[in-house]
Amino acid sequence: MADLTSDFVGIKSPNPFWLASAPPTDKEYNVRRAFDAGWGGVVWKTLGLDPHVVNVNGPRYGAIYGADRRLLGLNNIELITDRPLQTNLDEIKVVKRDYPDRAMIVSLMVPCEEEPWKFILPKVEETGADGVELNFGCPHGMSERGMGSAVGQVPEYIEMVTRWVKANTRMPVIVKLTPNITDIRKPAEAALKGGADAVSLINTINSITSVDLDLFAPEPTIDGKGAHGGYCGPAVKPIALNMVAEIARTPDLGQIPISGIGGITTWRDAAEFMALGAGNVQVCTAAMTYGFKIVQEMISGLSDYMDSKGLTSVDQIVGRAVPNVTDWQHLNLNYVAKAKINQDLCISCGRCFAACEDTSHQAIAMSEDRAFTVIDDECVACNLCVNVCPVEDCITMEAMTPGMVDPRTGKVVEPEYANWTTHPNNPAAKAAE
Amino acid sequence: MGKTMSSNAFTPGVVPARLDGDDYAAQFSDLHPRLDAHEALVAADRCYFCHDAPCITACPTDIDIPLFIRQIATGTPDAAAKTILSQNIMGGMCARVCPTEQLCEEACVREAAEGKPVLIGQLQRYATDHLQEQGIHPFSRAAATGKTVAVVGAGPAGLSCAHRLAMLGHDVVVYDARPKAGGLNEYGIATYKTVDGYAQSEVDWLLQIGGIEIRTDVALGSGVSLAQLRKDHDAVFLGIGLGGVNAMDVSGADKSGVLDAVDFIADLRQASDVAQVPVGRDVVVIGGGMTAIDAAVQAKLLGALNVTLVYRRGRDRMNASVFEQDLAASRGVRIVTHAVPSAVIGNGAVREIEFDYVRDDMTPTGDTLRLAADQVFKAIGQTLVGEELPALDGRKIKVSGAGRTSLEHVWAGGDCASGGDDLTVTAVAEGRDAAMDIHQALTGATA
Repeated sequence: MADLTSDFVGIKSPNPFWLASAPPTDKEYNVRRAFDAGWGGVVWKTLGLDPHVVNVNGPRYGAIYGADRRLLGLNNIELITDRPLQTNLDEIKVVKRDYPDRAMIVSLMVPCEEEPWKFILPKVEETGADGVELNFGCPHGMSERGMGSAVGQVPEYIEMVTRWVKANTRMPVIVKLTPNITDIRKPAEAALKGGADAVSLINTINSITSVDLDLFAPEPTIDGKGAHGGYCGPAVKPIALNMVAEIARTPDLGQIPISGIGGITTWRDAAEFMALGAGNVQVCTAAMTYGFKIVQEMISGLSDYMDSKGLTSVDQIVGRAVPNVTDWQHLNLNYVAKAKINQDLCISCGRCFAACEDTSHQAIAMSEDRAFTVIDDECVACNLCVNVCPVEDCITMEAMTPGMVDPRTGKVVEPEYANWTTHPNNPAAKAAE
Repeated sequence: MGKTMSSNAFTPGVVPARLDGDDYAAQFSDLHPRLDAHEALVAADRCYFCHDAPCITACPTDIDIPLFIRQIATGTPDAAAKTILSQNIMGGMCARVCPTEQLCEEACVREAAEGKPVLIGQLQRYATDHLQEQGIHPFSRAAATGKTVAVVGAGPAGLSCAHRLAMLGHDVVVYDARPKAGGLNEYGIATYKTVDGYAQSEVDWLLQIGGIEIRTDVALGSGVSLAQLRKDHDAVFLGIGLGGVNAMDVSGADKSGVLDAVDFIADLRQASDVAQVPVGRDVVVIGGGMTAIDAAVQAKLLGALNVTLVYRRGRDRMNASVFEQDLAASRGVRIVTHAVPSAVIGNGAVREIEFDYVRDDMTPTGDTLRLAADQVFKAIGQTLVGEELPALDGRKIKVSGAGRTSLEHVWAGGDCASGGDDLTVTAVAEGRDAAMDIHQALTGATA
């Protein structure tokens, strides 16, 4: 079994799977159960100043489902901890004492002034916690009070608060970023400037999950009204992956360590985040959907994957896909592929045909006896047929060998790499030297 | 130890009440209990919404199956029911009795993918039940045409034809030889396939369209003649089914206890208390179709000790689907193949029946089989009966196009007509299509 131990900005944990700051890490009872189940660390649900906040007494969550009511997306309007500060601190201390090998990070959110930070940080240090995470991400409720994403959406505030925190604690500082911005690199840069040891992302995305068509009110509905919440779960993973990659591939961000968050449900999701630059990952919705036990699959899956690849430490995964994330303009326009349908695997549902015929390139032929074949003369290799096919690996994209003639364009497939920057159709193309 | 009841599985002879009273309800309960809302959503989620879906092609009534399943999946089962019923007005019964494993579900791509088709039949029942139990009839009649059509036979073909004609604005009189409308749906299908009086409920629901008069206890040649009907109406549709049964030409076939399976099935359907339907201890059913299976399974359900179904060819040649064969086997029916009856033995009443084993080409192997039998059910096919019928094609009424017969303004469909499988769903399709053709003939309209 591969060595899964993780060292994230000096914080050690037996595996790179942490529970994100959220309802699952709200109190001692849950966190003990999480550690007993095998989680490598937790980010304790965000602490604030007393008097503690209150939550609504109606639904806090709304959901988006896939087939068979599989939960794909979750929206929440829960606030930070609604328990007294000292209660949380006492519990953090005893849990950390009892689980010294696990990572204990404390999420914090206090008003945007230095004094509250000066007040709370020593209290957290006193618990023996391993680090703090600054919650600049919550998009609902707290943001109306000038905290959470209200801070995270203003890079200057991020930098200022991070600097205060660094000045007032010896603990590693992770800045949690909101995705509710236009360019994730700006808040990451601000955190870096403020002295952050790492960033974590993404927090949840502003969302309304659905509308009750009888009440004509957004869900979740509280007494006939709804407020936007924060969206998370498998549905947000692609957004999170891109944001993680954007930070990881930006040289100016100095390879700031990243704790990856956003829809991580399986070991594979975790490995993908790590490949795009996340040093570790944080999980919430998957645990809220299936319970803490899922970490066992994440541990065994990542371990088996690493063994199969001959990898001995999780660091060897981190960032390995980053060099392959590029801009569109640098994609090889001389690469030509064609869809190919495996007739042995095909179950003749015709979804590829409907998709291609109605909405794409009319590149799939259908015979009288429902055999579906690709018309190479028309296929642009868009991949839609692969995406809609219900049978895995039935339709594949096959690269054409250089020297062959693409029947669609009549042109020979060139072996050389050539991208848009030098393409004759590009008005801004640089002349070939 | 012993039961104090008068009879049980071991009691010799043909007797009622072999089971404890409470057992009958369980024995004759719904073969496929209706999906609940959650089960329906799970099942509907599995549909791939195929392009030009093979299940539609496989359905004799061309129901748009992917569409109705999507309507269920999106929470509009009544819209799904309308999709079904607009193609097949007896979609509720077909959902219960269709051999879906040989039709839509066999064609389902998920059968090809993983051997587990979408539960099309059960989803169809979910939708049609949902609508019909609210008493909603989603169709209405077009403006009256002033034309009248006689429909002979109130089975699936006749009622399907009558409904479509009524919808198109014609007035319809349906004649049936039996005391109740419904045909084989009412008299010829195993009890566990259509529980709680569904056949009559469906007829009542269907008649809500209006413009259809049902006259029972009237048959061609007995109360009405085809010539008179042709005179009194603008068109006649014959959906008279196959009213006779094939004779079993062996010595002793006239002994008491040798019965027609269709009568046994009808008796069970009409019994107010199935416990009072007598059944033998040793029952032999001869035949390989759905009727044979329905009789054999129900004999077993009534508490017969031994039930043997004997078919003259191999299992692959049986008209009963593999599902039906497995159902019979699972209920404890023994299936014997490649054997033809040679003699019924007994003194007045049947006591044994002897068979010759035969090869695929029907030549005897020389081996014989003798089975104890106090009850023998013949299920070796039904025949057309009736007087002054249109020209025949073999043993059925010859039809061309949408049920046109050799007689002007006389159409036919269902089991009595040539072509097509003898299935409820095929009868419904033929009745519907004949109605459209009749409408065109009477009005010149094309749709």
